[in-house]
Amino acid sequence: MSEPVLEVRDLVVEFASEDGPLRAVDGVSFAVGRGEIVGLVGESGAGKTLTAEAILGLVRRPPGRVGGEVRFRGTNLLDLEEPALARIRGKEIAMIFQNPGASLNPVFRVGDQLVEAMALHLGDGRRVLRRRATDILGRVGIPSAAARVRDYPHQFSGGMAQRVMIGMGVACTPALLIADEPTTALDVTIQAQVLSLIRRLARELGMAVLLVSHDLGIISQMCHRVIVMYAGRIVEEAPIETVFRAPAHPYTRALIACLPGLDEHGSRLGAIPGVMPGLASLPRGCRFHPRCGVAEARCALEEPVLRPAGPDQIAACHLVKS
Amino acid sequence: MVRFFLSRIGQTFAVLFTVSVIVFALMRMIPGDPVLMMLGDDFTQEAYQRLRAKLGFDRSLVTQYAIWLQAILRGDLGTSYLNHEHVSVLVWDAFLPTLSLVVASMLVGILVAVPSGIVAAMRRDSAWDWGSMGFAIFVYSMPSFWKGIVLIWIFSVHLRWFPAVGYVHPWENFWEGTWRLVLPAITLGTFFSGLVARIIRSSLLEVLDQDYIKAARARGVRRAALVYRHALANALIPVVTVIGLQFGTLLGGAVLTETVFGIPGMGRLTVAAILNRDYAIVQGAILVGVLAVVIVNLAVDLTYAFLNPRIRVA
Amino acid sequence: MARPLDAEALPAQAPAAPAAGAQGGAARRWWRRFARNRGAVLGLAVFVAIVVMALFADVLAPHDPLAQGVGPANEAPSWEHWAGTDSFGRDMLSRIIYGARIALVVGVVAVLLAMVVGVTLGLVAGYYGGAVDAVIMRVMDGLFAFPIIILAIAMMAVMGFGVRNVIIAVAVGFIAPFARVTRADVLAVKEEPYIEAARLAGVSRPAIIARHVLPNVAAPIIVQAALRVSGAIITESGLSFLGLGPPPPTPVWGSMIAEGRNFIVMAPHISTIPGIALMVTIVGLNLLGDGLRDTLDPRLRR
Repeated sequence: MSEPVLEVRDLVVEFASEDGPLRAVDGVSFAVGRGEIVGLVGESGAGKTLTAEAILGLVRRPPGRVGGEVRFRGTNLLDLEEPALARIRGKEIAMIFQNPGASLNPVFRVGDQLVEAMALHLGDGRRVLRRRATDILGRVGIPSAAARVRDYPHQFSGGMAQRVMIGMGVACTPALLIADEPTTALDVTIQAQVLSLIRRLARELGMAVLLVSHDLGIISQMCHRVIVMYAGRIVEEAPIETVFRAPAHPYTRALIACLPGLDEHGSRLGAIPGVMPGLASLPRGCRFHPRCGVAEARCALEEPVLRPAGPDQIAACHLVKS
Repeated sequence: MVRFFLSRIGQTFAVLFTVSVIVFALMRMIPGDPVLMMLGDDFTQEAYQRLRAKLGFDRSLVTQYAIWLQAILRGDLGTSYLNHEHVSVLVWDAFLPTLSLVVASMLVGILVAVPSGIVAAMRRDSAWDWGSMGFAIFVYSMPSFWKGIVLIWIFSVHLRWFPAVGYVHPWENFWEGTWRLVLPAITLGTFFSGLVARIIRSSLLEVLDQDYIKAARARGVRRAALVYRHALANALIPVVTVIGLQFGTLLGGAVLTETVFGIPGMGRLTVAAILNRDYAIVQGAILVGVLAVVIVNLAVDLTYAFLNPRIRVA
Repeated sequence: MARPLDAEALPAQAPAAPAAGAQGGAARRWWRRFARNRGAVLGLAVFVAIVVMALFADVLAPHDPLAQGVGPANEAPSWEHWAGTDSFGRDMLSRIIYGARIALVVGVVAVLLAMVVGVTLGLVAGYYGGAVDAVIMRVMDGLFAFPIIILAIAMMAVMGFGVRNVIIAVAVGFIAPFARVTRADVLAVKEEPYIEAARLAGVSRPAIIARHVLPNVAAPIIVQAALRVSGAIITESGLSFLGLGPPPPTPVWGSMIAEGRNFIVMAPHISTIPGIALMVTIVGLNLLGDGLRDTLDPRLRR
């Protein structure tokens, strides 16, 4: 892999609580290469959204505390102050969120918000930017873009609004787009459209994408590489084909088994028994072992570390033979 | 938007109708013979019968109401039985000082509350926050008439900076009028600001928590623009509604403040009229006062509809 | 390896707390939440102090509040008369202590009256809906358009002055807010499944309202009541200040302030001290009301 666009090392996000400091993200490390689409998958509460937000410095601190390194173009983003971060946000690294309707300011016209997003980072004049805003709306597939650019957010459906957000995200041609559950709030049919839009733009702009989702199915359609998170930690990382062909970690295997297949009729939907432990009640040893079908005695005593499980695959499990 | 506009106007008429019925009923419930009272010293048997017939006292209550309402709509609010002047003139002369007091108080209140509320929200749970909100509760809880007296004691009696009583229309003599309004406006205005500051704070805090603020921040919008442009534009919309709806409360507060500062407004007029049993004035003052409140409420609702794109652009 | 969804594999649910224990537990929880708010506790302390003053005025007051000439007139606070004396030589402290009685009685009774009438109207309007709702709410809108003082003044023009009429006038002014708040909450509760269940079970409408709707809208109503008592007391003192309240020589804070205006230059304490008593009471009640609101209805918290 050539020089990665983003390199995360030992990222920690900690919150104070009545039971002491809790680590919602506990030592996460990964990299995203140029033009690569990386998926970050896990159940709700695994820490994926916090990881994504921590990259752009969006975690409120206080009450949170962020540690580790987030290297982008040689700089540790966590060391930057707000003004410097603001220059990077939207320009070099963009982010779109789960609820598109709520991500747009309801009292400003959509076109004006697009123009603002560009005016912050690009030096062009207003008129140029306004034309470009209309172009962008057209490019992300909004019909009658010239008229729609003067509309307010509440006049857009969920899918349309997410297209607008994507347009705003790529307006300044960032090197990396972070997409936090971009399709979770949308209908299934619209999901596919939005995902293919992201994929097309990533290809056209040579943009890397960090796609955060709890839906392994979406990840499988979109990503080159997958990172699986559980209870604040990475438990597996591998290219997409490897993950589906030969998942190394029992949690990954369980997630894959839960995916309903088109050819399975009448069998019950799979589920992983139990729930992910809360941060204040993490089990001793491997965090997944109470729900794991193949746990051994060792798993309840010693926490596994990430170790190679294949030529380009790592997993944190005692049963993985290097 | 047009539909909203029409329905609100319809509602306003309904309210005005209800109010007129309430006032009419109250006036009819006053013990004593209203016709006698209206004639006062001019009583003669003939005049009594004539006035009685003219006002419809020999007909049904509903007819009396209709006659009464007709006169009101024509602008004829009756005559003061004491000095035989037209009530409409008396009330209008008294309404202007009250209005200028209320407007001045609102200005003072907004000038104090807006920065105070914004700072409190942005420095949440800091000394600024607790201090200004504590101050807000403090001034909001002080009875306005007492606050006026204390202010007079400090600033008029001791420091001699401001006159204690008296009123001049600010549009007739700007400096004199405004100077005399300072203490009364501070009295009413600080009460108003106590209320508004807390609302601005909570509205702004709620908006700052919204997803669109986070998304804007993720696009690179700087903190100042985030708060003063993105957040405030949303946070102030419900605040405008609250401010407008407080017009009625301020009008009530003006009644007491006028008494303390000797401002010849509606408050003084009404109270004197009650003590003199000059009910035509009481009725006229109440009708005008409530009409003003209802009109302001309507204006507030329409302003809100205009400011909120969800209603303006359906 | 994923196993099919299996009841035994799910962690055992915590057993539902027995009803009796839950009652006591809830109250204690509420108290703890309330107690965390220092302002609210302060407000409660002030309220208790005022109640004590009102109840035990006969014991606490050093002098008869109506007795003239127990001291020199217009004397500033001193060892004999902690709050000084007024222009008739009456002991201010005693008058202030007895003044708490009227303030409290008017405030609480007026609000209770308004609550009973307003909540009933709100329940009926909200639950029955339709024409009944429209008529009731139009009348409430009409009432609402009157600033409270003006409405009270108007009613006293009709009824005459004095304590009883002050209470009624203030109560009428507060009916509309109670009706509105109740109706809004009833509209929300009406859609809840347990109401539907009761209806399907054939429970009569009044019974549904009384047994199912009312307990669930009680919390915001109590908060409203607590917040309105201070408003009632302010309105009452305003009316007394204007001379429309209980007639002299009744010790009422509002009229005491009015009496002291004439002596503001040489004996400021006659106006100032009753005002301080009034303000402390109002601040305390407002803090208490805010605290109750934060405790019982966390959605509305800061």
